[in-house]
Amino acid sequence: MAEYSLTTPLKSEDVDRLRAGDKVNLNGYIYTARDAAHKRLVDLINEGTPLPMPLDGQVIYYVGPSPTPPGKVIGSAGPTTSGRMDRYAPILIERGLKGMIGKGERSAPVVEAMAKFGAVYFAATGGAAALISKRIIEATVIAYPELGAEAINRLKVENFPVIVAQDRYGGNIFKEGQKRYAR
Amino acid sequence: MAKAKRKARALKKVKAKRPRAKKRTAAPRAARAARKGKTRPKAKAPRRPKAARKAPAKAKPRPARAKVRTRVAAPPEPSIHPTRALVRHETAVVLAPPRGSVREISASKITETVARLSMEANYDLEADVRKALEKGAAEEESGIGREIFNQLLENADIACSEKLPICQDTGLAIIFVDLGQDAHVMGASLEDAINAGVRRGYGEGYLRKSVLGDPLRRVNTKDNTPAVIHTRIVPGDALKLWVVPKGGGSENMSKIVMLKPADGVEGVKSFVVESVRVASANPCPPIIVGIGIGGSFEQCAMLAKRSLLREVGSVHADPFYADLENALLGEINNLGIGPMGLGGRVTALAVHIETAPCHIASLPVAVNINCHAARHKKAEL
Repeated sequence: MAEYSLTTPLKSEDVDRLRAGDKVNLNGYIYTARDAAHKRLVDLINEGTPLPMPLDGQVIYYVGPSPTPPGKVIGSAGPTTSGRMDRYAPILIERGLKGMIGKGERSAPVVEAMAKFGAVYFAATGGAAALISKRIIEATVIAYPELGAEAINRLKVENFPVIVAQDRYGGNIFKEGQKRYAR
Repeated sequence: MAKAKRKARALKKVKAKRPRAKKRTAAPRAARAARKGKTRPKAKAPRRPKAARKAPAKAKPRPARAKVRTRVAAPPEPSIHPTRALVRHETAVVLAPPRGSVREISASKITETVARLSMEANYDLEADVRKALEKGAAEEESGIGREIFNQLLENADIACSEKLPICQDTGLAIIFVDLGQDAHVMGASLEDAINAGVRRGYGEGYLRKSVLGDPLRRVNTKDNTPAVIHTRIVPGDALKLWVVPKGGGSENMSKIVMLKPADGVEGVKSFVVESVRVASANPCPPIIVGIGIGGSFEQCAMLAKRSLLREVGSVHADPFYADLENALLGEINNLGIGPMGLGGRVTALAVHIETAPCHIASLPVAVNINCHAARHKKAEL
């Protein structure tokens, strides 16, 4: 299992060399979106309307941060369950999305889209939200402020710690890891 | 048909009249007058023991609990029919409450406490959970798993020192209330007082507002209210509050089933283990598994929820269920799910079972999973 430091936007080669279980420190800009924002993004794609954020090579972080206290960049910001975004993820991957960060396993349609178009799914530690917020050095709401915690933010991250949970070759650390420790 | 009904009614009348007529002759004049409304019941309140009568003058704001109890046990007037005496006794209490016999708790105090507990619960991981995480870190065999345990412990330190939520999902505000039957909430309704506390705590504490006013139209109420409030009326004059923020990720993995009694202990075990297996990484393992067994459908779910109030890792008082908790913990950890579902030997930190009597035809089982950020703070007013 390798360790990488990657900067967004991700290139195809970045995605191609990652394998389930690799540790990655992410740098650069990533975008936040969860259920409500995903629904809107996919509705815009279906209508043919331009999106409020770029997709090509980008990484979406499934998070709804807590409000930002005075003097801080952002509130606590750990990952939410990715499975709820499975319905929307394939079309975003088809439009160029290269990475997703969340917690929990992805379903078959997402895995297929990841294999076909080249994308990777990273896991961050759920509930380590205060710790993770320290790796976010800039946060700007760029769309849907009315959604509150579900608004789309652009985050600048520094050494943001993730693990490759599912790679584009079908590698799956949940299945492999659980098999190893089951008795 | 109509004739039969009339006959029945007439019979009833006779039955109802008979004891009244008899009693009228036996009852003293004063009681009779009170019944007719000639004398105000206030003036003729039933006699109470000396201690209770003296109490108001001495201890105005908070009478001793023992005195309250003697008042409740006050004997009715001996010459009145038992059922009537009860009615009269109660009426007298309602119309002329002896001063100081009911403890008053101000709504603003409740609001203040709920606000404080909402913040503390979200920033400050309880000692029992921290201890369980430390134990897990020592036992975990997977390298990634140990790293995750260390991240969670470091996270708890940062959250506490910087007053940041342990988890960004600061949850539905679930509030358990034990309200003493001799306490009286003054100034607002109990529910309004609690919701005001949640509103203030989640606002001033920079906690996330995760409540939608309607499940299908899905519009955020923007202040994390309404809280989910579970109230019990208990003896005494105290008010106990537990604030238990509950995240959506783990709550979504909860399950309930009505097993057949023939399914027995094995049926319970396989349902619980299967629920955890299916939940896998989603509820943020290492988890705490709350289990309700027995009761009715809704009571069973409440048992599972209430079991999560127990100190993490505490053992069931009944050895039979203590063994079952232990056996289930072993089977769950043998699933190999591990921290964050990435594989490991510690999937659950604890298994808590609560039970209730149930119907001869039923064996309800509920599983309510808590993530490792098991937040609960308690206060007594």
